[in-house]
Amino acid sequence: MSHGHKGVAPAHQFESVEQQQRVARFGMWMFLISETMIFGALFTGYAVYWTLYPEAFQEAAQFLDVTYGTVMTVVLLVSSTTVALAITALEGDRRRLAAGLFGVTIALGLVFFVLKIIEYAEKIGDGLLPTRGFEYPGAESADQAQVFFSWYFVITGTHAVHLIVGLAAIGFVIWPILRGTYHAKYFSPVEGTGLYWHLVDVIWIFVFPLLYLMGRAGGMG
Amino acid sequence: MDDTRETDPAEGDAGPNYLRAGYSIRSWLLTTDHKRIAILYLVSLTVMFLVGGAAAVLLRLELISSEASLVSGDGYNKLFTLHGVIMIFFFLVPSIPAVFGNFLIPMMVGARDMAFPRINLASWYLYMTGAILGIAIIVGGGVDTGWTFYTPYSSTYANTHVILAVAGVFIAGFSSIFTGLNIVATVYAMRAPGLGWGRLPLFVWSLLATSLIILLATPVLAITLALVAVERATGIGIFDPGLGGDPVLFQHLFWFYSHPAVYIMILPSLGVVSEIVACFARKRIYGYPFMAGASIAIAILGFFVWGHHMFVSGQSVYAGIVFSFLSFLVAVPSAVKVFNWIATLHRGQISFETPMLYAFGFIGLFVVGGLTGLFTATIAVNVHIHDTYFVVAHFHYIMVGGALMGYLGALHFWWPKIMGRLYPERLARWSAIFVFLGFNLTFFPQFLLGYQGMPRRYHVYPQEFELLNVFSSGGAIFLGLGYLLPAIYLTWSLKYGRAAGPNPWGATGLEWTTASPPPSENFARTPRVTEPVYNYTGERQS
Ligand SMILES: [Cu+2]
Repeated sequence: MSHGHKGVAPAHQFESVEQQQRVARFGMWMFLISETMIFGALFTGYAVYWTLYPEAFQEAAQFLDVTYGTVMTVVLLVSSTTVALAITALEGDRRRLAAGLFGVTIALGLVFFVLKIIEYAEKIGDGLLPTRGFEYPGAESADQAQVFFSWYFVITGTHAVHLIVGLAAIGFVIWPILRGTYHAKYFSPVEGTGLYWHLVDVIWIFVFPLLYLMGRAGGMG
Repeated sequence: MDDTRETDPAEGDAGPNYLRAGYSIRSWLLTTDHKRIAILYLVSLTVMFLVGGAAAVLLRLELISSEASLVSGDGYNKLFTLHGVIMIFFFLVPSIPAVFGNFLIPMMVGARDMAFPRINLASWYLYMTGAILGIAIIVGGGVDTGWTFYTPYSSTYANTHVILAVAGVFIAGFSSIFTGLNIVATVYAMRAPGLGWGRLPLFVWSLLATSLIILLATPVLAITLALVAVERATGIGIFDPGLGGDPVLFQHLFWFYSHPAVYIMILPSLGVVSEIVACFARKRIYGYPFMAGASIAIAILGFFVWGHHMFVSGQSVYAGIVFSFLSFLVAVPSAVKVFNWIATLHRGQISFETPMLYAFGFIGLFVVGGLTGLFTATIAVNVHIHDTYFVVAHFHYIMVGGALMGYLGALHFWWPKIMGRLYPERLARWSAIFVFLGFNLTFFPQFLLGYQGMPRRYHVYPQEFELLNVFSSGGAIFLGLGYLLPAIYLTWSLKYGRAAGPNPWGATGLEWTTASPPPSENFARTPRVTEPVYNYTGERQS
């Protein structure tokens, strides 16, 4: 029945480990495409409002701190690199190195998360939480600025939820890697986790310019 | 070993059938067998159908008289919301994919299980969580926004349990994403040797198209409903016109899911009907590649027509024209399907077993629903019939006359495979006829009512509409009877029905080559496909 690698049996529904890995990879890609649609909807809504209220959005976006955004972008990019390195290490069966690199990824993800919380706290302290107590110091319409900050919190918040899921997923594969459950011949759950982390990163690559940089671009609006 | 089914030669050395793989509650609640998960879904969907149906009965009872007789205005709002939310999100959307897709897709492609069995089970638990939230809302006083949750009413003004309701739909959404994911992955990578894309049954093609819609559209609904809940809870300004938010954006995002959702509901039935028509006409399906292609075309086109729900929302005239034109285009692949069924029937050796009656009923009602869809997609006509009973009748012809007839057809076609028992054929034929007549008596008058201008969603109405409403409510009684009978005789057949044998209809397809009910691993050994699809020879060969 099975002609997989020595010592590796596929799950009962599969003919071979190769098939199992192929299915896992394909399924993960499908799931990621599905997830992308969530952000597709959010970005579309945000773009609609930017065209409705260009002046107010332009101004409101300048209340976001590009320094935070830049640091967070760098942190995430590095974390994606460590994931890629971890998977390469696993392919070479260097399991301790792989686990270590995933540990670094988690640390970087937590750095991102803490920065996000600090940034949120600052915005809330400035009265920019877009709920009933919203206080806006800018010159343009405060209501429209509130709409901008609604999108800011919703988009970054949804991204943060994905980040937390990704961190948890990585946390769940580290121990099995060390224990030898996943190794050079079988690691599709690890690969899927890595792909998910890349999605978290790629989405941020869109979030960063759309929210933080659009306000600086003179040509926009 | 006193049961003949256990020594059936087709079963070979594959072990006992899946129903006998364990009898404890635990063996069901923790199962990862796609067939058992299908049964879990069948039972829970039936319960939800009864709840949604009960709401429909109350609505029709209220509408017998033009005055408020049974419920208050608020009560009526809650009833039609409940009916819509339960029937769409907790019955029709999951129905065929979660029950028959789950049971049949692995068997039709010759696999032992779905690609991701544990995700499959998780899907059912998510569904149950959503469904329990749905029931909790009923107990807790209901929700009155309509199944469409339009803003700003839902996000700001409604005083009912909107957050709980959208949470239930949100969770159920991820259950269908999990089911869709499994179907796509299973069909893509787990087909038996020799089973190329051109040999897949059309049911598989239609569920593939359905799953792609589920994967691409459901996340948009999920995030949109999440935005409504967050706005309602915290007062952020995404949809609130008071702040400059745009409530119409909600409609765009909502219908971006909910129009394709119509195809999530109807495409599986199109696949079912293809299986049944080929089997009971004893002929290869006419124009197989066009049938498969039409499913995919409907899925793709379905993403570009959502604006036909918004002709009176203030969207631009040009957008309206484009949406209207694209909506007409959907009629092309739909008509391809109907003509190919007719061509398949032509010179076929037609017999009228129960599944075939449902298939015929489906085709007739689907044609009426589809053609009236052209009326509603015409901007000028739409303005006249917008939010009237014409629209109600139109989408019930598609979603009940179409999707539900397909579901019942599938239930009768594959019941002998699923349970290994035959049901009383005469009684089943009568109930199919009851469903067809009752359905038309219920919903045809609503076309007339709508055309005369009766608006939907009111519990009182001018007296001139009373007669047609009495007809409609009377038809609902027949319809209800037609639904109740299968529940009774199918349950009866579990104990008293004759053993079905592996292939009672003499049908082609891998699922009919194994025992009924199938063994846990589906096949004694992995099948090897050597014949073309629908290789019917004209003679019945059971
Ligand atoms: Cu539509």
